[in-house]
Amino acid sequence: MRVTFKTSYDRDIDLHESWRQRGWIALLLAIMAALPFLVGEYYLAEATNTLIWALAGMGLMVLVGHTGQVSLGHAAFLAIGAYTDAALMNAGVPFLVSFPLAGLAAGLFGALVAIPAVRMSGIYLAIATLALFVIVEELVIILEPVTGGIGGIQAPSIMIFGMEFDRYLALDRFYWLCLAVVALVTWGYANLLRSPTGRSFLAVRDSEISARALGVNVTRTRALAFGLSSGVTGLAGALMGHYIGFFNYELFSIFISINLLLVVTIGGLGFIQGAFFGAILITAVPQIISILRDTGSNWGVDLGTIPGLDTAIFAVILIGFIIYEPAGLYGRWLKIRAWFELFPLARRDMFRRQKTYLKTERMR
Amino acid sequence: MSLLEVEDLAVHFGGVKAVDGVSFSVREGSVFSIIGPNGAGKSTIFNLISRIYRPTRGSIRFDGRDITRLAAHEVARLGIARTFQNIELFDHSTVLDNLLMGRHVHRRSNFIQDIFFTPKVRREEHIHRTRVEEVITFLELEAYRDKMIAGLPYGVRKVVEIGRALALGPRLILLDEPASGLSVEESREVAFWIEDMRRDMGLTVLMVEHDMSLVAQVSDHVLAVAEGRMLAQGSAAGVQADPDVRAAYLGTEAA
Repeated sequence: MRVTFKTSYDRDIDLHESWRQRGWIALLLAIMAALPFLVGEYYLAEATNTLIWALAGMGLMVLVGHTGQVSLGHAAFLAIGAYTDAALMNAGVPFLVSFPLAGLAAGLFGALVAIPAVRMSGIYLAIATLALFVIVEELVIILEPVTGGIGGIQAPSIMIFGMEFDRYLALDRFYWLCLAVVALVTWGYANLLRSPTGRSFLAVRDSEISARALGVNVTRTRALAFGLSSGVTGLAGALMGHYIGFFNYELFSIFISINLLLVVTIGGLGFIQGAFFGAILITAVPQIISILRDTGSNWGVDLGTIPGLDTAIFAVILIGFIIYEPAGLYGRWLKIRAWFELFPLARRDMFRRQKTYLKTERMR
Repeated sequence: MSLLEVEDLAVHFGGVKAVDGVSFSVREGSVFSIIGPNGAGKSTIFNLISRIYRPTRGSIRFDGRDITRLAAHEVARLGIARTFQNIELFDHSTVLDNLLMGRHVHRRSNFIQDIFFTPKVRREEHIHRTRVEEVITFLELEAYRDKMIAGLPYGVRKVVEIGRALALGPRLILLDEPASGLSVEESREVAFWIEDMRRDMGLTVLMVEHDMSLVAQVSDHVLAVAEGRMLAQGSAAGVQADPDVRAAYLGTEAA
């Protein structure tokens, strides 16, 4: 086990404890940046998709993982981001302006909706956000002149300083664009968590009553978390629109909301890394299933005719995680790492959750 | 000069008069204890002062200012910190982070500066950390600094909660049963800390406690309540000797 000798408060404030960690992050970034030269078109497109999902997952993670609020309506913010961006670009606004505006629009809408919604909690909030999703879906159909209604809308190809970042014509550049956005958002997210704002999110999540007693304005904090969450999800929506190219309201179905919840829960609630682990899983599983289908049909087993196979496998994975590893993929990774670091001293019971005694009902 | 003045305070939940016409005033720099049997309304008085409940009638004045209608989160800003009877810590954070959360009212940065972690945010973090380290030293929490709350023993959590309240830098600290569930040694330690808070930090302490030896040791003034009403006020010995108080605790003999 490695012990860091701290000689300054900065060591606790800094994002990374040691230069070793910084080295790993730099290596990861370098590999990610070099990916277009390492893999083919197909896998690069998948990697791009994963990045977009990770971005949306980070958006939801702020809310679910760090502020303890559930949202079943995050597809609505994806839609707002995608439509705002596409509509603005169709009106001639350059991407560098329309993209932040898409995030801002989704964020402001989220914060606005949050002001009444955050007074609810738990299942009630989930239902309210579900209702919000239905409303946004209807709005998209009604606002046909802007959104293209049922017919759909084309996200124009991205031009930045005369360079094309089109998903089909210049996939490597579009990938780098997504990577840059994801890296920036991750950095901002990590900063948020080590700052007073992030601490107030955790405070609201873990004990609302003592957050209040410490001077945290709970309603405002939750609305802020909601706004930031929907803003980041809006950014992901804008990128998703460009990734798909031509889309209508059906792209942002309720299943997208549920898949996003899967990303954060399976990935590991309360960890930024969890959003990435979850995004990898959620984008890889359908691919693995289709590969299995191919190999299956080679061996004469026709898996293609089984309906709902993807959904069933997702369901099994989700149930498995909730029962055996509530901390998610990232939580499991931490345990594996600890096992190696402590070898051979790690014990099975080390991570067993202790019963907390004297836990009483919280005053609401 | 009284720091906290409570006048004719009452809260009724339906037909239950949890607190009914309680008045007292806490002198600045003193230790004031509220005692009484279970269900007497002691914690309810605390919850009224920290604005979790809305009083049915009466007023609360802090430092000459009426705080009866303030929002719960505004009370902390005035310099009132509290602990809870059943420990309300942030279980999934470290001791250090819990104490830093106590510094919330002193934050000077907004969320945009936080996202970019500007040099100002870092400077502020240094100031918060310095204050928190003072609390850590005072309460001897050095060994637990990086430990998660969820894995800590009960006695330590109790101390961390006092620390979180102190980190706020309050003028008045409300301690809700600081010694409950503690060993004899631990509760003696609490007594020393309360003394130090008053003497060295100039704090005013308002405390609810069952442990009469602790109450007698540190209190300047004791108020006994039962069934939401005041029974007696005065010195610890005087209140303990009061026949009404004895009756409330032990019951009256059937005549």
